Amino acid sequence: MTYQNEGAETTGSTSSFEVNMSTRYKIDTVFKYATWAAVVVAIVVLVVLLVDVAVDGLPRLSWQFLSSMPSRKPEEAGLLSALVGTVWVMILVALICFPIGVGAGIFLEEFSKDTWFSRAIEININNLAGVPSIIYGLLGLQVFVRWLEPVTGGRSILTGAATLALLVLPIVIVATRESLRAVPDSLRQAGFALGATRWQVVREHVFPLALPGILTGTILALSRAIGETAPLITIGALTFISFLPPLDNPIEGVQSPFTVLPIQVYNWVSRPQAEFHTNAAAGIIVLMVVLLAMNATAVILRNKFQKQA
Amino acid sequence: MKRQFLLLLSGVLALTLAACAGGETDTTTTPEDGTTDTATDAGAEDGDVAYVQVDGSSTVFPISEAMAEEFMAANPNVRVTVGVSGSGGGFKKFCAGETDISNASRPIKESEIELCQEAGIEFVEIPVAFDGISVVVNPENDWAECLTPAELGAMWEPAAEGQVSNWNQIKPEYPDQELRLYGPGTDSGTYDYFTEAVTGEEGESRGDYTASEDDNVVVQGVQADTGGLGFFGFAYYEENKDILKVVGIENKDGECIIPSEEAIADGTYNPLARPIFFYVSKQAMAEKPAVADFAAYQIDSANTNLISEVGYVPLPADLIAKAQTRLQDGVAGTMFEDHSTLGVKLSDKL
Repeated sequence: MTYQNEGAETTGSTSSFEVNMSTRYKIDTVFKYATWAAVVVAIVVLVVLLVDVAVDGLPRLSWQFLSSMPSRKPEEAGLLSALVGTVWVMILVALICFPIGVGAGIFLEEFSKDTWFSRAIEININNLAGVPSIIYGLLGLQVFVRWLEPVTGGRSILTGAATLALLVLPIVIVATRESLRAVPDSLRQAGFALGATRWQVVREHVFPLALPGILTGTILALSRAIGETAPLITIGALTFISFLPPLDNPIEGVQSPFTVLPIQVYNWVSRPQAEFHTNAAAGIIVLMVVLLAMNATAVILRNKFQKQA
Repeated sequence: MKRQFLLLLSGVLALTLAACAGGETDTTTTPEDGTTDTATDAGAEDGDVAYVQVDGSSTVFPISEAMAEEFMAANPNVRVTVGVSGSGGGFKKFCAGETDISNASRPIKESEIELCQEAGIEFVEIPVAFDGISVVVNPENDWAECLTPAELGAMWEPAAEGQVSNWNQIKPEYPDQELRLYGPGTDSGTYDYFTEAVTGEEGESRGDYTASEDDNVVVQGVQADTGGLGFFGFAYYEENKDILKVVGIENKDGECIIPSEEAIADGTYNPLARPIFFYVSKQAMAEKPAVADFAAYQIDSANTNLISEVGYVPLPADLIAKAQTRLQDGVAGTMFEDHSTLGVKLSDKL
């Protein structure tokens, strides 16, 4: 009896359930194709851009292009000063924003108490991440170019790097906090239970676990910085530079005027001669390669830390 | 989950890198060698390097760039940087003592002179070349051969906004073809000069035209639009001769003149030909001989070929001589009392 009853119930509900199932599968399929379409659109746009740039720029790429200074003659022009400028600026940005950003993130997540003050700081940092980059350019112009001129040397590599570091700092801080938050609290509790201080717990347990995530955030931040043009134009880096910062004297080096790849590309794109537009395409390829090389280094570093942790 | 995702991400990145670096392994690695080499070379002759800082108008930039390139090849101990921040932006830096030479596609304004005076900066105003604003239409446009400044004014004046939108409103015999306008943005000196020349009021024009700071956008716009009309510097027309049609401009003698090097230099292409300048600080010249050298180099008659090479029209020999004396004597101040070059003959002023 019971069995029969149960059977009847099941069949009854199955019939209505089956109707449901087909609709649910349909919705499932529709959603699957919708997400596929989203992927395809994104990939197609990317491929079109890459192919367009490659067709224009690849034939122009040569050793001469990488080793020459900018010139009024498109066929003799190269981007050596811009490439070197980009390398200098990115190294400095990493050196400035990593310790400050990670330090701020650790303080906010591990040390500060949950007061209205720390909440206000948190909201502000999240907002800063959304401020248009040109605003940072204006800030850099006043603070680093004008006020700190004796230290930075005016429109110098250091000024550019400091401005870009400010721009990406919120991204690093937010990424650091997210990664620290992902570390289970039981680890901290266990550490404290054994009598470790907060500093010891953070240094020995929490930070190593969070490091891969922090590095990912830093990569994203640096990738944003390398392509930025607007803030650098604002601080006055849109400049014809055909010499390199001196390597033998790093202080003088970071204080020397500079140009970077996106600015060189911008300069070439706005020229009347079509040959310069080809140079711009080749410059974009070089910029992409530098970006990918930088990302690859960070990925390798991160994987190394991940294995250790 | 997270770890898997990170591994996946790194895999994807590595693959992309491998794919992109495929034919290009050389380019990623080699620059490092190149940089160190040249950097140490430059460092070796580092002795006492003099910097000359030039900034200002984007119109004058190609000239300064070409001059700087050749000047540095001849004087390896001098480093010339040429910035682009517009005529106005350049004067702001110049009058704050941040730059030695300021490029401008228009004479210095009264407010800028005051700024310089406050900072105690005296300047010498030197015309370096001529530019001819070229008015272009689509090659399929077979009706507009010659336009008067008044007709251009009718198209561009503020009152034309939303009203003038067809070629037959300019002249009844023109066909019924939609008129669409392209031009540089309102920040540019070219825009200021053009509006003053055709509407009589500097910086006053209709707002409903396609404005772009990049003149190549104007080129593309007019090229794709049968009823399009645009304007920009002579260099952009020279480079796009085969895809655009230039319109003659009726000068004050009633002749219809097509912009050309000769017509721009001898003043017959008026009112759309204009001199462009650089301003050099007297203090900087006194402190740094390299600044005075570079200023003199830019108006050396041996270097006029550089000016034509980048698409501008060099000054005639007699004006060059006058400009050179002006620089040597260090004549301070502007020669344009009403701060406009419209309708002014340079030979009368120098």
